[in-house]
Amino acid sequence: MSIRVEDLVYVYGEGTPYETRALDGVSMEIEDGELIGLAGHTGSGKSTLVQHLNGILRPKSGRVFVDGSEITARGAKLTGLRRRIGLLFQYPEYQLFEETVYKDVAFGPSNLGLSEAETDQRVREAMFLAGLDFESAAQRSPFELSGGQKRKAAIAGVLAMRPDILILDEPTAGLDPKSQSDILRMLGNIRKSRGIIIILISHNMDDMARLADRIFVMEKGRIELSGPPEDVFSRGAELRGMGLGLPEAAGMIDMMRDRGAEIEGRPLTLDAAELAIDRYLRSKRARP
Amino acid sequence: MIRDITIGQYYPGDSWVHRLDPRLKIVAALVFIVTLFVIRDFIGYAMAALALAVTIAISRVPLGFMLRGLKAIFVIIVFTFTLNMFMTDGETLFDIGPLTVTREGLYNALFMGTRLVLLIMGSSLLTLTTKPIRLTDGMESLMKPFGALGLPSHELAMMMTIALRFIPTLLEETDKIMKAQSARGADFESGSVIRRARNLVPILVPLFISAFRIAQELAMAMEARCYRGGEGRTRLHELRFRARDAAAAALGALFIALVALERVFADTIYGFLHII
Amino acid sequence: MAKHAERTIIRIEDLVFEYARDGEPGPSRAIDGVSLDIQAGSFTAVIGRNGSGKSTLARNINALLLPCGGAVYVDGFKTSDAASIWEIRQRAGMVFQNPDNQLVSAIVEDDVAFGPENLGIAPDEIRRRVDAALGAVDMYGERKKSPHMLSGGQKQRVAIAGVVAMRPKCIIFDEPTAMLDPQGRAEVMKILGELHDEGITLVLITHFMEETVGADRIVIMDAGRVALDGPPAEVFRHVGEIRAMGLDAPLAVELGERLRKRGHYIPYGLVTVEEMVAYLCR
Repeated sequence: MSIRVEDLVYVYGEGTPYETRALDGVSMEIEDGELIGLAGHTGSGKSTLVQHLNGILRPKSGRVFVDGSEITARGAKLTGLRRRIGLLFQYPEYQLFEETVYKDVAFGPSNLGLSEAETDQRVREAMFLAGLDFESAAQRSPFELSGGQKRKAAIAGVLAMRPDILILDEPTAGLDPKSQSDILRMLGNIRKSRGIIIILISHNMDDMARLADRIFVMEKGRIELSGPPEDVFSRGAELRGMGLGLPEAAGMIDMMRDRGAEIEGRPLTLDAAELAIDRYLRSKRARP
Repeated sequence: MIRDITIGQYYPGDSWVHRLDPRLKIVAALVFIVTLFVIRDFIGYAMAALALAVTIAISRVPLGFMLRGLKAIFVIIVFTFTLNMFMTDGETLFDIGPLTVTREGLYNALFMGTRLVLLIMGSSLLTLTTKPIRLTDGMESLMKPFGALGLPSHELAMMMTIALRFIPTLLEETDKIMKAQSARGADFESGSVIRRARNLVPILVPLFISAFRIAQELAMAMEARCYRGGEGRTRLHELRFRARDAAAAALGALFIALVALERVFADTIYGFLHII
Repeated sequence: MAKHAERTIIRIEDLVFEYARDGEPGPSRAIDGVSLDIQAGSFTAVIGRNGSGKSTLARNINALLLPCGGAVYVDGFKTSDAASIWEIRQRAGMVFQNPDNQLVSAIVEDDVAFGPENLGIAPDEIRRRVDAALGAVDMYGERKKSPHMLSGGQKQRVAIAGVVAMRPKCIIFDEPTAMLDPQGRAEVMKILGELHDEGITLVLITHFMEETVGADRIVIMDAGRVALDGPPAEVFRHVGEIRAMGLDAPLAVELGERLRKRGHYIPYGLVTVEEMVAYLCR
C-alpha cells in the first residue's frame, strides 16, 4: 500500500468572489506502514488534501495514486477505494445515528455487503481496537455515552471497514487529557498490530513528535516543510511564522539555547528533554 | 444553479437606496406590486419600468446581477407567456401547427410577461438593497401594531434572525455529515426512490441532533445574555424615518398619483395619441 | 496589575447539584458540597476532567442552573431568588465552549449589541459599548461581517465582546478554547489577560493545564468536589495527586519534579516555562 500525490490543485467556489485556491500544487509520497503527521493552521488545506485521497473531492488538476492505480482518473471505481481508506472527520461523534453502538459500528461493513457473521466479527474487532468494552457498550445508545466514548464509537465505525489507510482529522480535539491519551495510545496500537498507513491531522505538535515518522506542514495550500520530526522541528522560526509552534519541550530547549545554554541533540519529547537538561545541569555543575 | 437565484440575496452597497429605512422599502415594494396589478396598459407599464429603472440606477446594483435573478424563473416567464399566447380567443394572427396565435393572445402574453418581469425585479430590488437582518427589523417594526391582535411580531423576527444566522452553519454540517457517511460506504445516488429515501436516515438523524444541540446551546447562551423576550428591549439600529426617507416616500406618492392619473385618463391619452 | 481591595464577589456555600438521568433510579450528583469565595478582580482557574462537575459549577454561578442544596451569591444577590436573576446575569457574564452556537445574529456588531439590547440600554450608549467591546477584542474591523466567515478564534472573540458590552463585574469562561486551534487559543488567552488587567473578575473553566499558570488561584475539581485549591505554585506541588485525577501537570512543573528525582535542586513554585528556563539558565 502506498499513496502518491502529484501536483494537486483544488479551487473552492470557482468564479465567485469567494474563490480560493485551497490546494496549490501539492505533491507527496507515503510508503507502506508510515504514520504521517499533517500540520498547518486552520484553512491551510489539510482537510481538503485528505478528502482527495478517497475521492470525496476531485481535483482541478493533478493526480492521486493509491497503490499504483490512479483514483483521479475518469471513471475510476471509488466504492472499492472508500472501503480501503478510512476517513475520520473532526468531531466524528456528530455523525453517529443508530440506536445502538453495535448498529452504528456495523453501518460501514453492512454497506460493503458483508455477511452477518463477518459483520459481527468486524464490529467486535473494531470496538476492541477503539478501546470500547463490547459487553457493556455494544447495546447502549451511542448518545448516552460520555464524550470520549462517543468519539471511540465513531472511530470504531471507521475501523470496522478494515481500512488499509486510516486518516484522522484532529481525533483528540475537544476531549479531556485522559481521553486524548487513550486515543493516541489506540493509534499506536493500531499501527503496531495492523501496519497500515495512518495520516494524523493535528495542531498538537507534542502528539506529532511522539507518534509521526514524517511530518508534512502545509501553508496556503502548499507543503512548506516535510521530513522526520527532528528535521521539521529544527525550523522553529518558520513554524512560528506559519502560526504553528514547536512541541512544548522543544520550545523550552530553544528558549534555554537562546539564553546561552549548551544542550546537545534535539530533544522533542519531555523524556528526551529531561535527559538533555539533566546532562546540561551536571556539566554546568562540573565546571568551576 | 442555487447561486443564480438572486431573489433574497443581498448586493452589498452604500447607495441612497441601500440606506433607506427598511420599513419604507418594504411598503414601497408592496405598493409597487399592487400598482402592477392596477395598471391596465403598456403606458402604465412604461411608467413603472421607468420608475424601477431609475431606482435600480440609483441603487448601483449592476443590471446583469438583477437579470441573473430572472434567469432562475425564466421557465415560469416562458410558461406564462406561452399559455397566454395560445389560450386566448380572438382575431387570428397566424397558426403554428394546431395552435392559433390571436391578436389578443399576443397582447395578453406580452402584458403578463411584462408584469411578471417587473414584479420579480421590483421585489428582488428590495432584497438586493436590504440586508436580510434589516429586512427582519423592518418587518418586526411594521408588524408591531398587530401585536394587539395577538401577532407575535418580536418572536417572529427573532426566529428569522436566528434562521438567517444558522442556515450557513447547518448547510456546512449537512455537507460534512454526507461526506463522513459516504466515507463509510453510504450511497446516496443509486437505487429506487424508497431506497434512496431510506439512505437519507444516516444524514437526517445526525442533522436533527445537531440542530437540537445548536438550539439548546443557543438558548442557554441567549439566557445568559439576559434575553427575556421583546419587552423592554432596545435596539442598536433604531429605525428612524429620516429626510431622505420622506423624500423617497414623496417620490413614491408621485409615482402612484401618475399611475392613477394615467388609468383614469387613459382614454383621453389614447385619443390624443390617435390624433398625432 | 491593579491591586484590589479584598472583597468577595462570588460566594458559593456548600453547593449541591443533582441531575436526573435517564435509565438510572436516583439522580446523579454533579456537585457534592462545594464552597468557594471568589475575590473581586481575581483570576480563578477551575480544572477537572470531563464529568468532574466544573461546567455545572459555572452554570450555577449565573443562575442558568439553580442549587439543589446550599446557595450561590453574586455581588450579594442570591441566585435562587427569582427577582434578582437579571441582576446576576448582567453582573456575571458567560462565554461558552462552542464558538458557533452562542452567536445570535448574522452580523458581528448586531450580535455584540444583543446583550445591551436585552438590558434596555439607549441606542447611543449601545453603539458606544459595542464599538468599545469590539475594539477591546480587536474585532472592530470585522464588525460588519457574518460570523460564519470568521475563524473559530475570531468567533470566540466576538462572543467575549458580546459579554464585555454588558459591562459585567465577572466573566465565567466555560472551556472557551476547547474547540480552537493553537492560534485561536492564544488569541483568546491574550484577551483574558487584558480583561484581568482591567479588573474584571475571571473564572476560567478548562482542562488545559497550561492555561491555568497565569491565574491567581487554581481550583481542581474531582467527582463533584474541590480536590485542590490555592495559588498555582502551591497547587502544583501536588503533581502526583493531579496525575491521579487524570490531569496533566504543566510542562515546567512536570519537568521540575523529574529533575528533582534525578537529584537536582529545583525550587518549588516554578510553574511557567519562562520561570523554569530563567532558573535553569541563571
